[in-house]
Amino acid sequence: MSHLTAIAAALGPGEQRYLLQARQMQALSFVVHIPLVCFGIALPAMLLYVESRYLRTGDELYRTLARRWSRIMAALFAAGVVTGTILSFELGLLWPNFTGTFGSVFGLGFAIEGFSFFMEAIFIGIYLYGWSRLSPRAHFASGIPIAIAGFTGSLTVISVNGWMNHPTHFRLSHGRVADVHPLGALFGNSYFWHELTHMYLAGYMVAGFVLASAYAFGRLRGRWGRYERTALAIPLAVATLASVAQIFIGDWNGREVATTQPTKLAAFEGLGKTTKGAPVHILGWYTHGHVVYGIPLPHLLSLLAFHKTDATVQGLDAVAPADRPPVNVVRYAFQTMVGIGTLLALLSVVYLATRLRRGRLPESTWFYRALVAAGPLSVVALIAGWVTTEAGRQPWVVYHVMRTSEAVTGASGIPVGYGTLAVVYLALAAGVAWVLLRLSRMAA
Amino acid sequence: MHLYELPLWFALVGLALYTVLGGADFGAGFWQLVAGKGKRADEIRDHAHHAMAPVWEANHVWLIFVLTVVWTAYPAAFGSIASTLSGPLFIAAIGIVMRGGAYALRAGTRTAGEQRRVDTIFALSSVLTPFALGTVIGAIASERIHVGNPGGSLVTSWLNPTSIAIGVLAVASGAYTSAVFLSGDAARHGQHALADRFRARALAAGLAAGAVAIAALVVLHFDAERIFRRLTQGVGLPSLVVSVIAGMATLGLVWRRRYEPARYTAGVAVAATIAGWAVAQSPVFLHGLTIREAAAGHDTLVAVVVSVLVGALLLFPSLALLFRLTLGGELRDGGQSSGTAPVGSRRRALVRGQLDARLSVAFLAAGIGFLTVANAAWAHAIGVACFFGFILSGYRAALPPDVVETAALRADPDGSTPRSPVGS
Repeated sequence: MSHLTAIAAALGPGEQRYLLQARQMQALSFVVHIPLVCFGIALPAMLLYVESRYLRTGDELYRTLARRWSRIMAALFAAGVVTGTILSFELGLLWPNFTGTFGSVFGLGFAIEGFSFFMEAIFIGIYLYGWSRLSPRAHFASGIPIAIAGFTGSLTVISVNGWMNHPTHFRLSHGRVADVHPLGALFGNSYFWHELTHMYLAGYMVAGFVLASAYAFGRLRGRWGRYERTALAIPLAVATLASVAQIFIGDWNGREVATTQPTKLAAFEGLGKTTKGAPVHILGWYTHGHVVYGIPLPHLLSLLAFHKTDATVQGLDAVAPADRPPVNVVRYAFQTMVGIGTLLALLSVVYLATRLRRGRLPESTWFYRALVAAGPLSVVALIAGWVTTEAGRQPWVVYHVMRTSEAVTGASGIPVGYGTLAVVYLALAAGVAWVLLRLSRMAA
Repeated sequence: MHLYELPLWFALVGLALYTVLGGADFGAGFWQLVAGKGKRADEIRDHAHHAMAPVWEANHVWLIFVLTVVWTAYPAAFGSIASTLSGPLFIAAIGIVMRGGAYALRAGTRTAGEQRRVDTIFALSSVLTPFALGTVIGAIASERIHVGNPGGSLVTSWLNPTSIAIGVLAVASGAYTSAVFLSGDAARHGQHALADRFRARALAAGLAAGAVAIAALVVLHFDAERIFRRLTQGVGLPSLVVSVIAGMATLGLVWRRRYEPARYTAGVAVAATIAGWAVAQSPVFLHGLTIREAAAGHDTLVAVVVSVLVGALLLFPSLALLFRLTLGGELRDGGQSSGTAPVGSRRRALVRGQLDARLSVAFLAAGIGFLTVANAAWAHAIGVACFFGFILSGYRAALPPDVVETAALRADPDGSTPRSPVGS
């Protein structure tokens, strides 16, 4: 593996005292943007379902519901547009050596994403402002490209992330890339498909649980007519099914990480030494090569990662200390994601079982209390999942090829930028929360 | 034309469209900022908002397009620009967040006072963003950036005479095109008094933009001699002439209240300016870096060109549809008239739910088998498909019957209207 040696990047190294702040600034931008992406993935499809019910039945309830959700979609899409723009700026502003060196390999993913973004923006304009003037069928049709573009957009962005985790289809010579095959790098990448599936389902879980959670909150407050039942059931049904599937998709992701990025897997579990029949620890703290105060589950890691109880799992000691990710951050993010994912799947099984056996929505108040919590928790799990994979890739920005410290900008002012962005995003979050609250109180 | 130039031409076309369409968007914000107070000012602000609301997101994406094409096809140049000009680019990015945030917020405003406050955020960022982006162009045009991280001064690379002149020009030309577009929109909707007020603004802004453009040329003469020479005496001259003629023609057309053709001449004036800059700057990309040296490898360039061409086949018809609907007045918020109600049909049998549930469980079992038990890549692909089958087939079964079925049965007999949802 000749490319394991540190590279001389295209622009030359930048002096940066604030690498950690730059990473945090990038992380903050992702944390704000990714939940909005989930709504971009899932909300158009749910809206189309509701509108198709209206077309089929002529029941005004569905039209009212679709109009209200479309206003939510408008506000969230606007926030998603601008936070996504920040991310594309930051790829250059914070990591110019990453973009400058590898732009020709991964950039195409974003160029194609740009077109998805275009289609989304164009048809969202038509969909939102066409309610009163377009014929019902034409209006429904104008929503279809939004749903497709929400999918293709996330597809291309994740293809870039897949490449960063499993960089192929190029060669490095003297710090410059050569023999670049961008399509192969992005879409012929074995790391891409499981990440995409995992994120796509997560999109439905987050959008579904957050929406359902809002109506569950309303039910606890006594708002429970046919409108509210419908508005709760439609997102809940898709979120519960996705949660069940996600257990198995997540397990598949874990196995792929085990073979492609063994060091990352070792960080998930805090496995200091290469071990035959490796255990899993729940909670606890990683220090000096092993987990202390955790609850051990013997052989489980070997079983999960390789489907054999006595399989050998590579530990963190296989790489130099400088090449290891921040174990406790990764480990706790991973445990948070898996823990919440498991709880959501349990809640989903309760719902699906009630629906199948009794033919109705659950009636227990506790179910709705749990559902209120499920919305924010699903967002936490989503973010924890991205922290797991992104912090787990450290110290590399391009796995085993370029270090994050080699990618960072040499420009000064990162703390100022970080502080400004944090303030602006707090204001944006407050503003979006205010709008959603207003919209929920406004008559359509 | 060489392959290594082609993506740059695409990016320039994108930049021209962004400057015309996005610039008009920013200009609308400028008119909100200087609208003043009172009922007449509120009319100006409302019109500026409503005319742009359906199209601003699409207009904004041109910037993303330019960024992604440049960083894919000319990565080292992009990295150097982003690193050196982090200041103005960050200001522009924050301005974009505030603008988008204001669009999101305006949906929730109830009183004129709330709207004014939101519009002010919007308007301030509408001036800040084009100015900052203009300084970036100025930095590149005056060759203050070379390859490096950073490749040039973090301050004087964008706070210099050329950058400031082009920043001001960006704001002024946006205000001009915007006023032209907005008077056209008002006239289309029969709001002739409003159209006249934007007409006066268009004329004033047109003269101001012309003055700024002349001043910018003088600045270029002293500060960016190479560009000035090539623009006034060399290859850039035809574009400059076209730009001047189109700008004057726009003024004349607006004077005679012929807003529709003025829309296009205004666009041509802006686009010709960018073309002139591009040919005057060519073949230099950054100081000491030609376009050819900056370009990515052959496969990447081909992939970019093919993707852009294929994307354009999808994009331009969609954009045409959006603008046709917008200009035709089809897309305006707040209209209460609904289209003809569709005819309800009830053809779904209640037994379907049972069937769906069984199919869904079968998909789940198959999915676990292929994805979790089996280990080959092809099996995993089938497994993933099975899980999506599980969700799709299970969806109807997972919905309570009164959501899926009874609604259809109940809707017709009693014409049940939805309960007013929250809080009433």
